[in-house]
Amino acid sequence: MSAASLYAADVVALARKDLRLELRARDTLPAMLLFVVSTLVVFHFALPAGTGADAAFGLLWIAIVFTALLGLARAWAPEREGGALDGLVLAPCDRSAIWLGKTLAVLIFLMTAELVAVPAFALFFAPIDLVAVAGVVLASVGICAVGSLLAAMAAASRGREVILPLLFLPLAIPLVVGGVGAGISPEGAAYLSFLGLYDLVFAILAWATFEYVVTE
Amino acid sequence: MTIAAADELDPAILGAGLEKRYGRKRVLRGVSFAVPRGGFLVVTGANGAGKTTLLRLVVGLAAPTHGVLQVAGERGDLGFVGHEPLVYGELTALENLDLFGRLYRVPDRRERSGMLLERFGLWEARSRRVSAYSRGMVQRLALCRALLHDPAVLVLDEPFTALDEDGAGVLDSELAALAGERTIMLSTHDPSRVAALATDRLILA
Repeated sequence: MSAASLYAADVVALARKDLRLELRARDTLPAMLLFVVSTLVVFHFALPAGTGADAAFGLLWIAIVFTALLGLARAWAPEREGGALDGLVLAPCDRSAIWLGKTLAVLIFLMTAELVAVPAFALFFAPIDLVAVAGVVLASVGICAVGSLLAAMAAASRGREVILPLLFLPLAIPLVVGGVGAGISPEGAAYLSFLGLYDLVFAILAWATFEYVVTE
Repeated sequence: MTIAAADELDPAILGAGLEKRYGRKRVLRGVSFAVPRGGFLVVTGANGAGKTTLLRLVVGLAAPTHGVLQVAGERGDLGFVGHEPLVYGELTALENLDLFGRLYRVPDRRERSGMLLERFGLWEARSRRVSAYSRGMVQRLALCRALLHDPAVLVLDEPFTALDEDGAGVLDSELAALAGERTIMLSTHDPSRVAALATDRLILA
């Protein structure tokens, strides 16, 4: 087996482990689904009639970012309980595979929530086109890539509930700008390019630095 | 910490002037020791003397503030049992060993997992979630995980904790079989239990 195949197999095994844990414990995805749907419902009834699509897109992104934060806050909980992260860190596999497996798992949870949120948004507020959907997908990749790294950093600290939002929300602002821009701007493609570049840069940074986050 | 190639280093584990601080608190001060290949070092000391910290330094989960620490071999050559079991509570014993066996590149990991689970009396409970295990069963599983890849260096932090007489007996036999062939570093409050196997003793004050 080549090194790349081994790496890919490790990533898949680690992501599959997270999906299996979630299927059993059901303590992350149901909360994310409930949060995103209830947020959109509350916005639907709270906003005055005639609110423009531009403002509505901003609300969709508030819902997505805080739903992601909910998932990220729980992302490393299974590794924290029982010290399983130490077991992973001691294994001879590439440590970035641990980050990539976690990022994939969180991305699947977030996109599942978005599969519900985007149609609900279209139903309550405004139609959503393919460029806007692409914006949601690209921004989600960035959210999960950066968020998984920051969540691992926060998980190692005592004030993790405070530290994660403090670290994550400022870095999520460009993603919200890109996501909203892709949804409402006539130059949506430019915003998609920006999101793609953000994903690439921050995924590389997170991939390269994860080892230093989980070791002293 | 330096991890040297296996044939470069004569003592399998070498620590010189090790110091570890967490902020202003000094946990270890001036600890020096050497464990030859096939040696069995017993680490003792009162609660809070730094036994766990020292073993975490040796396996690379923490870095010394000062001093030199060299461990022969690569990361995958170490087997570690700590205070926590280092397994997932919502996975079964088999699923845990399968995951770690894959990450540790264990050939025939399913056969090896089955053999260890049987040896440590967990075969009947192999498909139960670890969260439903007793503390002693979790400790047995932690030992299975540490031995899964047949490591050249075993680092065991109070491994007899929570084990009943049967479990402790199995661990005694395992240690007796591995002593001399593997390098072992073990912390305990009951050094008499491994006195016959130990080649050296480090007392932390």
